[in-house]
Amino acid sequence: MNDIILFPIINQLFFAIVTLFLWRYSRWQKAISVVGNLIGFVIAIVFLLTVWDEGILTYNAGNWAAPLGITFVGDMLAATLILLTSICGMAVSMYSAGSMDRDRLSFGYYPIFHFLLLGLNGAFLTGDVFNLYVWFEMIIISSFVMITLGGEKRQLEGAIKYFTLNVFASVIFLTAIAVLYGLTGSLNMADLSLKVAQIENKGLVEITGLLFLIGFGIKAAVFPMYFWLPASYHTPPAAISAIFGGLLTKLGVYALVRTFTLIFFDIEFLNTVILVLGGLTLFSGALGALIQNNITKMFSYLIICHIGYMIIGLGLHTELAIAGVVFYLVHDIIVKSNVFMISGLIYKLKGTYSMRDLGGMYAKHPLLSLIMAISFFSLVGIPPLSGFWPKIAFISESLKTKGGGWLIAAILFGTFMTLYIIARMWAQVFWKARPEVKIRESFLYFKDHRLLHKIEMIVPIVGLTIITLMIGFGAEKVQQLALVVSDQLINKQHYINAVLGK
Amino acid sequence: MELILAIVVGLLYASGIYMMLRRSLVKLIIGLILLGNGANLLIFLLGGITKGSPAIIAPDQQMLTEIYADPIPQALILTAIVISFGLQAFAIVLIKRAYIVAKTDDLYQMNSTDVYS
Repeated sequence: MNDIILFPIINQLFFAIVTLFLWRYSRWQKAISVVGNLIGFVIAIVFLLTVWDEGILTYNAGNWAAPLGITFVGDMLAATLILLTSICGMAVSMYSAGSMDRDRLSFGYYPIFHFLLLGLNGAFLTGDVFNLYVWFEMIIISSFVMITLGGEKRQLEGAIKYFTLNVFASVIFLTAIAVLYGLTGSLNMADLSLKVAQIENKGLVEITGLLFLIGFGIKAAVFPMYFWLPASYHTPPAAISAIFGGLLTKLGVYALVRTFTLIFFDIEFLNTVILVLGGLTLFSGALGALIQNNITKMFSYLIICHIGYMIIGLGLHTELAIAGVVFYLVHDIIVKSNVFMISGLIYKLKGTYSMRDLGGMYAKHPLLSLIMAISFFSLVGIPPLSGFWPKIAFISESLKTKGGGWLIAAILFGTFMTLYIIARMWAQVFWKARPEVKIRESFLYFKDHRLLHKIEMIVPIVGLTIITLMIGFGAEKVQQLALVVSDQLINKQHYINAVLGK
Repeated sequence: MELILAIVVGLLYASGIYMMLRRSLVKLIIGLILLGNGANLLIFLLGGITKGSPAIIAPDQQMLTEIYADPIPQALILTAIVISFGLQAFAIVLIKRAYIVAKTDDLYQMNSTDVYS
C-alpha cells in the first residue's frame, strides 16, 4: 500500500508525456490535461485518507534502506499540500483552456504545466535534502519556461530578474546542503534531525540554518529578499500568475516549515530571526501594495504581505502556531490562485489592469462581482470566511511570547492594510463609474470568446470560491486536520521512526 | 590541499557575486556560472578529500578495510553540474532574446516592469 506515495508523481509525469506527444493538437491537450488533473485530485484524496488512517507512509527508492538511499515520505503535511496542488492545478488547467492564447498553447504550455505540478508533488513527498534540491530545480526550470512563454518585452525583462534570483537562491541552497553534509555526513532529513541535534558547535548549526533560511526565503519572498516577485509575477498571462502566486511561493514556505521543524528546531537565535523577518515581511508587503495602480501588481505585493503571517507562525514554533501556518497555507493557496484568475477575468472583460481605467464592474456584472467579493473578503479575513481562523491562532500564540506585542501589531497592521487595499480596489474597480477608455482593436474581449471558453473561465473561479466558503464554514474540520499535521511536525519522533524503521 | 581549495571556493563565490552586481547581462550569467562552480567545489571539499583510495573493494576481499574517498559528494556534484548546465543553456538563450527584444544589455534600462503604471 506504500506504493501510493509515488502515484501523484507518476500521474503528472504520465500526463506531461502524453501532452508532449500531442504537441500540435492543443484541443486534445486541453481535454487530456483537465482529465489528468481530475485523476490527480482523486489520487490526492485517496492518498490523504490513507495517510490519515495508517499514519506516515514511506517508500525507499531502489529498496536502499533509509539513511542510505532516497526516501519518499508521505506525512499529513505532504498529503494536504498534494491535495491543494491538485485542486489548484485542476482549476488553472481548466482556466487556461479557456483563456490561454493559441501561440502559447502551440509552444508546449500544457506539457510544461504538468512538469511544474510533477516537480511540486515531488518536492512535497521527498525525504532527502538533495532530492529536494533536484525537485526545486525541476520546478524553477518549468517556471522559467512558463514565465517567458510568449516572449513579450515585459515578460523577458521580468524573467531575467526572476531567473537571476531563483538561480542565486538555488546556489545558496546547494551551499547549505554542502555545509550540512560536511557537518553530518547524511542527506536523509530524518537522519539529519538526529545528527544535527548532536553537533556540539552550535554556531555552525546556526550558520547552516541561516543559509537554508536565505535560500528558501528568496523563493518564499520573505522580507529583504522579495524584490524579484513584484517585478515578474504580473508579466505572464493570468493563468500562469495564478499557479505561480498560488503554489510557487508556498513551496518556499513548505521548505521552510519542513527544515525548521525537522532539522533546525529549538534554536532560539533562528526563531528570533524568523519572527523579525516575518513581521517586516508583513509591513513591507502591505506598504508596497498600498501604492499600486495595476491590480495584478497589487496582488503580487499582497502575496508577500500574507507570507509574513506564515513566517511569524513558523517562528512562534508552538503546536497551535504551526497549525495556524497549515490552515493559512490551505486558505492562501486557494484564495491567491483565485484572485489572480479573477484579475485575469477582469482584464478579459475590460481590456486593462490599470485601476484608473477600470470601473463600473458592479453595475454591469452584479453576479460575477458578488462571486469575486467573496474571495476578496476571504483574503482580508472577515469572519466567517477562511482567512479569519488562522489569525486567531497567530495572535493568541503571540500573546504568550516575549515581545509578542510587536508581532500582534504587525499582524493587525497587515490585516487592516489588506482591508484598506481591497476596499480601495473595490471602490475603484467595481463602484466607480467607468471612465472613457478606447476599445482596443486587436484585443480579444470576453464577450467575443466562444461559449465553451467563457464557461471554462468562469467555472474554476466559482469552484475555488465554493472551496473558500467550505474552508470558512467547515473551519472546525480544517482546524482538526491542521492540528494533526502540526502534531506530526512538532513531535518529530513519528516522522523519524517511520523513516528509519524503528 | 584543503587550504588551497578553500581559498579557491572563496574566490569563486566572491568573483561570482561581484560579476552578478555588474550592469551587463553577459557578466550576470558569468557570475551565476562562477557561483555554481564555487558551490560544486564546496561540496567536494566538505565531503572530505582522500587521496588515491577509491571506494572499490579489491577482488580478494569482502569489504573496504582502509579509509576510502566518499563517493556521495561526487554523485551530488555530477547531478548539480548537469542541472547548472541546463540552466546556463536556458540563461544564454534568455539573454539573447532579451537583448533582441529590449535592444539593450544594460540591466538599468530593463525597468519597465518595476515602474509605476
